[in-house]
Formats: sequence, C-alpha cells, structure tokens
Amino acid sequence: MSVTVDRPEWEAAEERSRRGSHLVEVALRIRELGILLVLGLVVAVTAAYNPRFLSAQSIRDLLLNASIIALLTVGQTLVVITRNVDLSVGSVLGLSAFMTGDLLAGHQGLPIVVALLAGIVLGAACGAVNGAVTAIGRVPSLVVTLGTLYVFRGIDFGWAGGRQINASNLPDSLLALGSGRILGVPYLVAITVVLVAVTAYVLRSYRSGRELYAIGSNPDAAVLAGIPVGRRVFAAFVLSGAVAGLAGMLWTARYGTVDATAGTGFELQVISAVVVGGVAIFGGSGSVVGAALGALLLSTIGSALVVLKVPSFWQQAIVGALLIGAIALDRWVGLRIAAALRQRSIRSGS
Amino acid sequence: MAADPPQTEPARQEQRFGPRRLLRWETALVLLLVAVALVGQQTSTGFLTGTNLFYLGLDVGEIALMALPLTMIIVAGEIDLSIASILGLCSALIGYLWDAGWSLETIFPAVVVAGALAGAFNGFLVTRLGLPSLAVTIGTLALYRGLAFVILGDKAVADFPAQYTRFGTTPVPGTHIPYPIVLFAVLAVLFAVLLHATPFGRSVFAIGANQEAAFFSGIRVKRAKLVLYVLSGAVSGLAGIVYTLRFASARADNGAGLELAVVAAVLLGGVSIFGGRGTLGGVVAAVFLLGGIRNLLILNDVSNDTLNVVTGLLLIGSVVAPNSVAAVARLLRRRGTASSVPSEPARAA
Repeated sequence: MSVTVDRPEWEAAEERSRRGSHLVEVALRIRELGILLVLGLVVAVTAAYNPRFLSAQSIRDLLLNASIIALLTVGQTLVVITRNVDLSVGSVLGLSAFMTGDLLAGHQGLPIVVALLAGIVLGAACGAVNGAVTAIGRVPSLVVTLGTLYVFRGIDFGWAGGRQINASNLPDSLLALGSGRILGVPYLVAITVVLVAVTAYVLRSYRSGRELYAIGSNPDAAVLAGIPVGRRVFAAFVLSGAVAGLAGMLWTARYGTVDATAGTGFELQVISAVVVGGVAIFGGSGSVVGAALGALLLSTIGSALVVLKVPSFWQQAIVGALLIGAIALDRWVGLRIAAALRQRSIRSGS
Repeated sequence: MAADPPQTEPARQEQRFGPRRLLRWETALVLLLVAVALVGQQTSTGFLTGTNLFYLGLDVGEIALMALPLTMIIVAGEIDLSIASILGLCSALIGYLWDAGWSLETIFPAVVVAGALAGAFNGFLVTRLGLPSLAVTIGTLALYRGLAFVILGDKAVADFPAQYTRFGTTPVPGTHIPYPIVLFAVLAVLFAVLLHATPFGRSVFAIGANQEAAFFSGIRVKRAKLVLYVLSGAVSGLAGIVYTLRFASARADNGAGLELAVVAAVLLGGVSIFGGRGTLGGVVAAVFLLGGIRNLLILNDVSNDTLNVVTGLLLIGSVVAPNSVAAVARLLRRRGTASSVPSEPARAA
C-alpha cells in the first residue's frame, strides 16, 4: 500500500517470498525423502532379521513386484494432479491384458511389438472415453470412471467368456519380456523407471506439465489464465489409459496366465500408493517419483511381512494405517507451511 | 443486449417449477423400474412371482441398507468408501465373539456399536483433523478390512443356530417379504424423515450446497458430519449382521467390493457427487432398479458381465442425461427469446 518503498526493503521482501517458495519446494523434497526413510527402515529391520532380504535376487523381486502398480501410479498421478481421479485403471489393465494375450495366442508368430502397441492403443481409447465424458460432458471424474470401471470389466468378461489363456499358448518372446533382464535389471523395472523419469521431467520442466498443477490448484483460475483446461484434462486421462494398457500387456508377460479378472481392485491400491507418495488427493501438488516410491513402499511392506513371518492378514491393516498416517502428515505439514508463508507475508507487508 | 444476465434468472425459476418436475430424474427412475417389471413379465414367467421377488429383496438387502446413510453423507458433500469394510469387520467380529462363547443377543448390539465406533473414527479424521474424506475412507477401507482378517484370519464361522439364520433365508411368515427388507423399510422411513423433514436434514443439504455459508449461518458443520459417519458405521454394522445371517457364515472377506456398488446405486439415484442435491426416494428406486435388472438378467441366463456394463452405463447416463437435458433446454430458451424480441423489454423491466 505504501508508495514510498525504498529499494533495500523491496528487495528484502522479494527475498523473503523467494524463501517462501523455496520452503514449499524443500518440504516436497523432504516428503519424498520421508518415504525413502520409511522404506529404508522397513528394509533394514527385515534385513536384520534375515540378511537374504538384501540379496540381489530378492531386491530384483521387490522391484519387480512393485513395478506394475508403480507403472499405474504414473498415469494416476497425472490425473490426480488435475483434481480428478481414474478409478477405471484396474479394468483397463484387465481388458488390455486379456486382449494382448488373446491376440498373441491366436496369431502365432505375431511380433510382440504389435501386441504392445495394441495394448497401449486400447488403453488410450479407454482413457479417451473417460476424458471425453469428463471434459466435454462435464461429469465428475469419480462418477465417470466408477461407471467405466464396470463397463470395461464387463466388456472384458464378455470377451473372455470364462476362457483362460495359459503360458503354454503364449509366445516365448512375450514371456521373456516378463522375466528377462537388461544389464541385470528386469525389463519391467527398466520400463517403469524410464517412464517415471520421463514423466517427472515433463511435469517439472514443461509448460504443459506445469499447467496440470495449475489446473489442480484452482481450475477456475486456470481457465482465466488461458490454460486449455479441457484439453489438458482429456490428455491426462488418455495418458492414464495408455499407461494402464501398457501395464496390462506387461501383466500378461509377467504372469503368463490371464483371465477376465486380471487387475481387479487395483484402482484402490494405485490410489493408495499415489496418496502415500504425497500426491494431494484434491490436486495441485505431488510428484510421480513420490507416487512410484509409494508403490514400492507398499509392496515392500507386503514382502517384508512374509519374511518377518507376520501373518499376511496384517498387511492390509498396515497399509490402511500408513495411508491415514500419510494424509494426516501431509495435512499437518501443509498447515505449517501455510502458517509460515502467512507469517512471512505479514512481516514483509508491514 | 445488456439485459442478458437478468433475463436468465426468471427463466431458471420457471424451469424449476414448470415441466422440469416431470423431467426429474426420480420420475425417470420409477418409469425405468416399471419398464423393467413389464419386460420381466414378458420375457420370464418367473419374474413377478413372490418367490422371485423374495430373492430379489434378499439380494439387494445389504446394498439397500448401506445406501441410506451414504445418501446423506454424499448430500453433505463427503463420501464413505469404508462401508463394505465395516460390514466385513462386523461380520468377522460376529464370528470371533460367537467362537468366544458370547450369545447372539449380546453380539448383535455389540457389533452395531463396533460399527458406530468405526464410523466415528472416520468422522473424527474428516471433521477434527480436516482430512479429505475420499482419502480417509480409502485408508479405512484397507484398515477395517485388514482388522477383519486380523480378528478372524481366513477361517469361516458357520455354526450359527438355525433360529437366527432363518431371519436371513426365509420370508416373514405368510408373506414373501424378506426380514432384511422389513428392516430396510423401517430405516428408509426414518432416514427419509431425517433427511427431508427435520432441521438436521435441511442442514445436511445446506452443508453440501455451501459448507462455509452453512457454517456462518450457525450450522454445526463438524458435528453434523460426525453424526452422519457414526450413522453410516452403525448401519454398515447392521448390514454385516444381515450378510452373516443370509449366508450363515462369518468371514473376514464378506462384502468385499460392495462399496462401489452402493456408491453406484446412490449416484444413480440422482444424488449429486458434489453434494447439496438428491432425494432418498430416488436412491431407493435406484437400488431396486439395479436389483431388478440384475435379477432379470440372471433369470434370462444373461451373464453377469452384461450387468456390469448396464450398471456402468446407467451410472454415467444418470449424470449425462440431466446435463444434456439442461443444455438443450438452455439452447431452446436462447433461440426462443431471440425470436420473441417484443417480450424482452417487458421481462427486463
């Protein structure tokens, strides 16, 4: 309000506000470090009980077990950041898994790249349905994707008609993709890591990526700022579908046996991983790296319980408690940051 | 030209009291329900028989029960995805306490209290810690289901005396009405009165429409939400009893995945996911519509997957249809006012 702001004070105010945004960034990074810390703790305790938990093979299995859910978290994070949700990922995965299995079992000699592309295209088409109804039809995404969860699963059941595709009908090249390694890293893990890295880079450094955060923080403001909200949300759903399609194809490669129930209930596991990974359920903040680490943490806890000979019944209860703990922590940290920022702006405003 | 905004306001009023009433989603649901009954009678002689309707009633029992409090929660602008897990937790608790030698007369109230406590925990997290209910109840969905497994493991307790399990498997003597539907009817009336005819119910609508406005008009927002979650937990506990008796088996995985079916039924009933809008009558119609379609498909040997597709499409259609009707109406109105220019100044004045 005061017109005569002398220069040093103005600079100091800017410095404070820069420190403010710096604070937010640090908090986000600490959030990912926090997951790593818990992950390290779980691994350390388990390894102390049974050192073989840290053998190369065991670590490979841990990563492999987490990879499909981690892959799904990439797409889900994009959607959740825009203040939407995609509950249909499990059904899309199942549909794609059965289609690629059926395709490869029915056409011996078909290159698996074709099946891979078919899976991705099918997933993207499913995502386009979600995105179109959400963005154009103005229907809340929770309702749309709950509906398509049923529709896609129904199509899957209709297509499968009770059939099951077994590993003996599938080409060896596909099964090799599921169990093979490149430089000692399983293919699935490598694919997941690459996808997470690329998406993290795009979200951090590209205009379209930043716009997703803007949409999630305040959809109305995003419209006023000239961001093509509908197009971005549509794209997020298409990408989420495409990733789920890819994951479905990899599911078939990994397990070798597919029926119509593949991926049932995955949607809640994926959302749990995303939320544990620090992505705010109402959009606007979070990272794919955090979400993928969340998936790794949840699946590692499952494996650790087996090694520690804790009855597997405890797993779900622990996951639930962890999820609630994570959102309570996020809320607390968020309130603290907001309070700190307000304090700074009051001080710099005086 | 400048009179554009004021002219839409009376038009919207007109729409609310005019033919819009006939176009209400609830009316469409009842018509669909009648259509299902007619088609059922045409295609299958067994559809409109007492025995079949008895099984239809049994089949929707738990979903119908849990849909009642969930309707109020969604009207208040929140959600509860943990209801089916509370059902499972209560079912596991019944098995555990029965094994421990408790009598069923003491187990049943204890289980309803346990359900209410589980609901209160949800409510505590949502209202006192201010956490988003979607995330909270996804968390407690896993937590309560996990606790159910911790309590009972993967075993099934099935040695309940027949004088109790008959409440889940036989109709009220002399009729074809299943006991769970009697329970549902009583609760449905209570919930309908609570939501549509009490100050508390009005405050639930106010909270869902605009939480801050409700708060500043003196409504105790947090307490109302806490009450709703406790109700939801208690009714889910009741549904756990019904489920356990119906299958004469207490298992930790009872009712797994039912939450989405209940949410689907409530949204299909015309309740807005954003809160502030919806009727209990619509939800009841939707529950029986889904149950009727399911039953009809089974009678006609259509596989279950068609039901999934129909459920999903109805759910999406329930939101798309009113949206597009409103869009078309807006379009027609704009065209209508453009052609009847003389009436415009009169209306603006």
